[in-house]
Amino acid sequence: MQTAAQIPHDVSYLDYKGKYKGIFAWIFSTDHKRIALLYMFSMMTLFLVGVALGLAMKLELIAPGRTIMGPQSYNAVFTVHGVIMIFMIVIPGLPAVFGNFMLPIMIGAKDVAFPKLNLLSWYIYVLGALLVIASVLFGNGIPDTGWTFYAPYSFKTGTNLLPAIFGAFVLGFSSILTGLNFIVTIHRMRAPGMTWFKMPLFPWSLYGTAWIQLLATPVVGITLVLVSLERIFGIGVFDPTLGGDPVLYQHLFWIYSHPAVYVMILPAMGAISEIIPTFSQKHIFGYKAIIASTLAIAFVGYFVWGHHMFTSGMSGTAQYTFSILTFIVAIPSAIKVFNWISTMHKGSINPDIPFLWAVTFIFVFMIGGFSGLVLGALATNVYVHDTAFVVAHFHFIVFGGVGFAFFGAIHYWYPKMFGRMYDKAWAKMGWAFFTVGFLTLYSPMFYLGMMGMPRRYYDYLPEFHAANILSSLGSWVMAFGLVIVIINLFRSAKNGPIAPMDPWHGKTLEWTVPSPPPVENFDEIPVYGEKDGPYNY
Amino acid sequence: MYILSSTTNASNFVTGVDKAFMIIMGISFVFLIGLTFTMLYFIYKYNRKKNPVATQIEGSTKLEIIWTVIPTILVLVMFYYGWAGWAPMRNAPKDSFNIQVTGRMWNYTFQYENGKTTDTLFVPMNKAVKLKLISMDVIHGFFIPAFRIKEDVVPGREKSAWFIAQREGLFELFCSEYCGLDHSYMYTYVKVMPEQKFKAWYVDTTKHVDVAAVESPTANGKRIMKNIGCFACHTVDGNKLVGPSFKGIYGHKVTVTTGGNDREVTVDDEYIKKSIYDPNADVVKGYNKGLMQPYVGQLSEDDIKQITEYLKTLK
Repeated sequence: MQTAAQIPHDVSYLDYKGKYKGIFAWIFSTDHKRIALLYMFSMMTLFLVGVALGLAMKLELIAPGRTIMGPQSYNAVFTVHGVIMIFMIVIPGLPAVFGNFMLPIMIGAKDVAFPKLNLLSWYIYVLGALLVIASVLFGNGIPDTGWTFYAPYSFKTGTNLLPAIFGAFVLGFSSILTGLNFIVTIHRMRAPGMTWFKMPLFPWSLYGTAWIQLLATPVVGITLVLVSLERIFGIGVFDPTLGGDPVLYQHLFWIYSHPAVYVMILPAMGAISEIIPTFSQKHIFGYKAIIASTLAIAFVGYFVWGHHMFTSGMSGTAQYTFSILTFIVAIPSAIKVFNWISTMHKGSINPDIPFLWAVTFIFVFMIGGFSGLVLGALATNVYVHDTAFVVAHFHFIVFGGVGFAFFGAIHYWYPKMFGRMYDKAWAKMGWAFFTVGFLTLYSPMFYLGMMGMPRRYYDYLPEFHAANILSSLGSWVMAFGLVIVIINLFRSAKNGPIAPMDPWHGKTLEWTVPSPPPVENFDEIPVYGEKDGPYNY
Repeated sequence: MYILSSTTNASNFVTGVDKAFMIIMGISFVFLIGLTFTMLYFIYKYNRKKNPVATQIEGSTKLEIIWTVIPTILVLVMFYYGWAGWAPMRNAPKDSFNIQVTGRMWNYTFQYENGKTTDTLFVPMNKAVKLKLISMDVIHGFFIPAFRIKEDVVPGREKSAWFIAQREGLFELFCSEYCGLDHSYMYTYVKVMPEQKFKAWYVDTTKHVDVAAVESPTANGKRIMKNIGCFACHTVDGNKLVGPSFKGIYGHKVTVTTGGNDREVTVDDEYIKKSIYDPNADVVKGYNKGLMQPYVGQLSEDDIKQITEYLKTLK
C-alpha cells in the first residue's frame, strides 16, 4: 500500500501509474474505480455471450420443428443463457459496477472499507465464471437442467453439471463479500455530517441489497453443495428413490433465488432514484418513503418464495399465505413508481439520454410489476405458471428493469467515469431500437403464455407460430440497438468530447470531484453541513 | 382452440380463473395507461424549455398514505379473486371417476380402474374426474390449458387433480415442467365424450384400445409400447436417442455393462424381459444408467411376449 503522500491528487485514476504496468496495473489494483471497470469489462464479455445464446434460441423458435439446432442443444443453450445472465450479470450487475465505482464517492470516502477484499471478490467472480465455462467446454455434454438445477433431473442428467453448480457456488462468495464490504463501508465511512437520512438513495439501495446478499446467498450455497453431494454420493436428501424430497430442493433454492430478484432490482431502483431528480432539477419526492420502501422490499422479499411453487405441492394454508405476502411486497414497488413520477411534477425536465432510459425503465418495470400481480394470485398463477407468460414477466423485470436501469446508469455516470461524453445522436438511436426491439421481443410471450404455451419448449404446436415469429423479429431489432449503444460507448471513451465536472448539474458528491476522479477521489474529505443534502437544488 | 375467450366453460374452473384474470388485468391496464400518460404529460408540460426553473417539493405525507392504502386495498381484492378461483381446485368430490396418470420421460399414460391403458386421456362429460398423478422419474407438469388446471407430477409423492369437463372435444395436454430432452414433445390430448359414448368406449373389453385400430398380429405389441411410451427414448429406424434403437436388435449380440464389467449378450426373450423389469442391471455400452425405470407392475409377462413378437419384426 502506498501512503496518501505518494499519490498525486491531480492524476486521474485512469492515468495513474503505480507499481505495476499494463494489465497488471488493473488486475492488481485495489482502487474501487478500477475494480468497477474490471467487473464491467468481464460482465460485458459474458453478457454478449448470453445475448448470442438468447438470439440463437429466438432463431430456433422462429418456426416449429428444427430450425438451427436439435433439442439437446436447445436445452443446453437456455441453461447456459440462464446461468450466465442470472449468476454473472444481473445479480452482481449494478452493485459490482456502479456500486463499486460510485458508492465511496457518493458518501465522501476514499475507497470501500476493505479494498483488498474487494479485489479478491472480483477474482472469485472470474473463477466462478471460468468454472461455468469449463462445464460447457469439457466433459460429456453441456449442462441441460435450466438455471434452476431442479431435482431430481439435476442428478439424472448425464451432462457435465458439477462444474456449473460449483461455479454458481463460487460466484455466491463474490456476492457475499461485496455485500459485507458495502455494509461496513456505509456504516463506517460516510463523510462527516452525512447522517443516514442525508445519504443519497443509490447508496441506500445498495445497503438494502447488501444485507440480502449477505444473508440469503449462503442458503443457495448450501443447497448447491447438497445437489453436488446427491450427484456424487447419492446421499438421499432430494432423491425420492432414496427417501429424499425433490420439493425440498425447490424451497431451498427459492429461499435464496427470490430475494436474489431484489438483489437485482433494488440497485436498479436506486440508480433511477438518482437520475430522475437530476434531470428534473428537483428534490426527490418522498425521500424517506423511498428509503422505507427499499427496506420493506428487502425484508418482505424473504417471505414470498413460495409463489414459485404453487403447483409443486404445498398445503393450502402455505399457498394463500405466500399469495398474500406476494401482494404485500408489490406495494413498496408501487410507492417508488408514484414517487418517481411525482418528482417529475413541476420539475424542469431535460429529456436527455439517461432520463430517456430511466423513463423507459419505469414503463417496462410497471408492465413487469403488473404481470407479477397475475402471478401472485393463486388461480391465475396456476394457469400461467411454467408458461411463456412467466418468461415474459421475468424478462420485463430482470432484463427490462435491471437492463434499462443499467444503461440509464452507464449513460448517466459515463462522463464521470471516463471524463468524456458519448455521441448523443447515436445514443438516442440505440435507445430507440433497443426499446422497440425489447417490447416486440417479450410482449408476444405474454400472449403465448395466456394461450397455454409452456416454457422451455424446443418445439411447439402450429397455433403458437405467429407470436413466435414476431418475438424472433424483435430480438434482432433489440440486438441492433444494443450494438449501437455498445459501439458508441466504446468509441467515445477515447474520442468523445471532454466532459465537464458536472455535466447534468447533479447535487450528489460524485459531481464535486473531477471527471474522471483522481485516485483517492477527494483532496479533502467533504463535510456535510446542516443545510446540505443530496437533492437540494 | 384454447385461447381464453374461446374455451368458455370447457371445465368447471374456467369461470373462476378467467374472472381473476379479468379483474387483475383490468385494474393493471387502468393503472399502466394512467401512470404512463401522467408521466408523458409531465415530461411535455415541465420540459426545461417551457419551465426553466423547477418548483422544489420534497414530498407529501398525505399523498404517501393515499398511494399506500389504495393499492393495498386493490391488491387484497385481487388476492381474493385469485383465492376464490383456486379454492375449488383443492378438493375433488367423493364420487369422482378415478384415473391414474403416469408421467415419465417423455409421455403420459392413463390407466383406468378396469385396467384399460391409453396414451390419450378419455373422460366423460359433466362428471367429476379425479386424477392420481404419479411420476416414474423426474418432475413433470400436468397442464390442460382449456381446463385451467396445472399440477406438478412429483416422483415419490402422490398428488392429484380433478375437473369436470363441460364441453365435448379434443383439448391439448402439455407437460409444463422441464423434464429433459423431449420435454416439448411430451404432449397429448384429452378427449371429452358425452357420458353414453364414454360408457360404450369404457366397457369395450379389448384391454388396450386407443385411437389406432388393430391391423396385424404384432400390432398389439406395438400399441402396448406406444401407450407405455417406449418410443420417447427408443427408435425403430436405427437412430440413436437416449436409449438404443430397436432396429434389428432381436437375435443379435450387444455389449452391455453389468456392475462395471463389459460382457456380450444375445438379445433373446429372457434378455428383453430383464431389460424391461430391471433395466439398470445390464446397460448397453455407450448409454447412461438410471434413465429408464423398471416397468414391474406396469407391463405383464403377456405384454412383454407381445412386445417381443413386435421387436422380432424390426429387421
